[in-house]
Amino acid sequence: MRHLRAAAAVTLAMSVAAGATGCGGGTSSSGGSNESPKTLTYWASNQGPSIEADKKILTPELKKFEKETGIKVKLEVVPWADLLNRILAATTSGQGPDVLNIGNTWSASLQASGALLPWDDKNFEAIGGRDRFIDSAVASAGKEGEPPAAVPLYSLAYALYYNKAMFAEAGITAPPTTWDELVATGKKLSKDGKWGLGAEGANLSNNIHQAFVLGQQHGADFFDASGKATFTSDGAVAAVKQYIDLMAKDKIIAPGNAEYAQNQSLTDFAKGKTAMVLWQAAATTFAAQGMKPEDWGVAPVPVESGVPGTGKNTNSMVAGINMAVFKNSKNIDGAKKFVKFMTSDEEQKLLNKTYGAIPPVKAAQADAAFSAPDLKVLRDTLATSAAPLPQVPNESQFETAVGTAIKELWAEAAAGKPITTETVKARLDKAQQTMQQ
Amino acid sequence: MTAVTTDPQVDKSDRVTSTGTGDARRRLPRIPDRIRRGGLPYLLLLPAVLLELLIHIIPMAIGMMMSFRQFTQFYINNWAGAPWTGLDNYSIAVDFNAPIGEALLHSFLVTCVFTFFAVGLAWLFGIAAAIMLQENFRGRGFLRAVFLVPYALPVYAAVITWAFMFQRDNGLVNHVLHDQLGLTDAPSFWLIGDNSIYALIIVSVWKGWPFAFLMLMAGLQNIPRELYEAASIDGAGIWQQIRKITLPSLRPVNQVLVLVLFLWTFNDFNTPYVLFGKSAPENADLISIHIYQSSFVTWNFGSGSAMSVLLLLFLLVVTAVYLFFTSRGRKGSHG
Repeated sequence: MRHLRAAAAVTLAMSVAAGATGCGGGTSSSGGSNESPKTLTYWASNQGPSIEADKKILTPELKKFEKETGIKVKLEVVPWADLLNRILAATTSGQGPDVLNIGNTWSASLQASGALLPWDDKNFEAIGGRDRFIDSAVASAGKEGEPPAAVPLYSLAYALYYNKAMFAEAGITAPPTTWDELVATGKKLSKDGKWGLGAEGANLSNNIHQAFVLGQQHGADFFDASGKATFTSDGAVAAVKQYIDLMAKDKIIAPGNAEYAQNQSLTDFAKGKTAMVLWQAAATTFAAQGMKPEDWGVAPVPVESGVPGTGKNTNSMVAGINMAVFKNSKNIDGAKKFVKFMTSDEEQKLLNKTYGAIPPVKAAQADAAFSAPDLKVLRDTLATSAAPLPQVPNESQFETAVGTAIKELWAEAAAGKPITTETVKARLDKAQQTMQQ
Repeated sequence: MTAVTTDPQVDKSDRVTSTGTGDARRRLPRIPDRIRRGGLPYLLLLPAVLLELLIHIIPMAIGMMMSFRQFTQFYINNWAGAPWTGLDNYSIAVDFNAPIGEALLHSFLVTCVFTFFAVGLAWLFGIAAAIMLQENFRGRGFLRAVFLVPYALPVYAAVITWAFMFQRDNGLVNHVLHDQLGLTDAPSFWLIGDNSIYALIIVSVWKGWPFAFLMLMAGLQNIPRELYEAASIDGAGIWQQIRKITLPSLRPVNQVLVLVLFLWTFNDFNTPYVLFGKSAPENADLISIHIYQSSFVTWNFGSGSAMSVLLLLFLLVVTAVYLFFTSRGRKGSHG
């Protein structure tokens, strides 16, 4: 027994020591180094129809980069569902890739961890300067007033997709431009088992995106200037209620949409069961489901009144993917070179074309390929009427808390329970109180 | 022990004449006599102890340390530097008048109700099937194999199939209940809203009962047939036989089975996560998902750890009380 105890004590002591030095290593790694200048590891987010497709798209580009610089890039395509947890694990252990993709709504949260290289003027200079990128995209790469935690790579925005045949059949000549028009149009279309608008009620992020845009239109931000949650402001409550009312009061969204979270609303659209959806770059999905490009039209997301623009007529969040560098990279110069390569005019045109996104690089955006009618709507939205989601460290908490509150409200609306200003406010109040920091 | 404590004389002679042939013992690395006599069992235990430490004890200790710190996204890069907050995480978790504590309590109560029905029904189905398959009849082997299918399937594949079946508009469940049998006025929601707890119990029972069946079937094999013959000669009916012979004889099996089912079900993460995603409906907000959400979705690892420690303590206490009473009861029945 004595032996056992001694052995256990030694093991424990050794492990604790190892653990302690392990995290010590994490803290000291503030600048990065150039210890291994010939290799890089890159975690790409899954952008295409499959991981294999992404590998096929990216590998030739990485070969190009290797030929130019002699740096070999080890590619790993990470599915969206795993990406955030993988980044958290890499941050905790200090064993991450050199370069990685992040969803731009996570920027401020990840920035707070201090693990990502800040893109100050000097670092931006290394990739051609901050001015090469459109402002709204850079604004969604970190907290205001601080150097961004990442560089924009692919940009996306929301638009209203509508079924041309269903519109023609109901005698509707133009897509709605205000919410009142959308409701009126939706009511004309919601009959005989068909519905005006689709939604993804159980998808927390989608709920947040829509509530954020409506919030902007009601003059509400969900956070005040100091980063404190203001979920129960009149504007925020009105915005959420207006969104849920599309099902509860206006009855232009099918109750079944309350449990959608796997893009079923896009399938319904492709099958002609719903006439409109609010989505970012849905064209590839529609095409994959057998629709022809001339079957659908694309219009800006409606506003309360007037035409889309900044401020109260914001009609999209700035969606997109950013590129970040882990601060403790062993090839920090190579990592910057790789970001420069991926954000070069030529690669931006090529990759964004392939993925159906808009280049956040101004020069690449001017390419004729991004002037197709549907992409033009997304491009104009990004340029003139999109705003980044609140860039606060607890954005992740906000998505869960408010996204879940809206999900529960959808469930109530679908079950036929009354949705009043009070019920909405109570839900949002509960969500706000769970915000700990 | 006797196998290890060889005569030291023999050892000595071995060392001198190390050129012999065929003696397996001689090829082993030399181990000092002292260890050979008393320490070898412990030496053999060492790998297991090391792995146990690495896989269970140390992570658990780190988790406990985390629960006393304010561990958020600001500190994931430098978790040793997270500020010490003492019992703050715990007091927030058990403050049932504030939203976080209230939500935790709600989720705990949901889990209790869920576990009670899921374990109870799994056990009932298991025992019923095990007893029915005791009699030898044509197709018994086939049925036994079929009953084990849910146990053999990968959890993820099985639960995601259930998620498809529970879909409101295209799912099989509503198709049968509403379209074919006309039992409901309108198609019901199963994956959101009030019914979600039923969906969760159904999937959990479906997944859990084959294990009960397997264990109880094995237990039944050990009951001597003569007991039943004697009882039936004495005029005992089938129910009396089950009550007076089968259940008391299965007591040791049930003692372990119920405990294991309870622990697995109370902690189950896979079923709700695959069925509902990272945010479960209020009515089916099991504690494992709730803690996952507190830690990994909202990045409050400190309070998530505190909740995990509380859950661990609760399960330890329940297990200890359960073992205390069940083993006392068994001693009583033997004495």
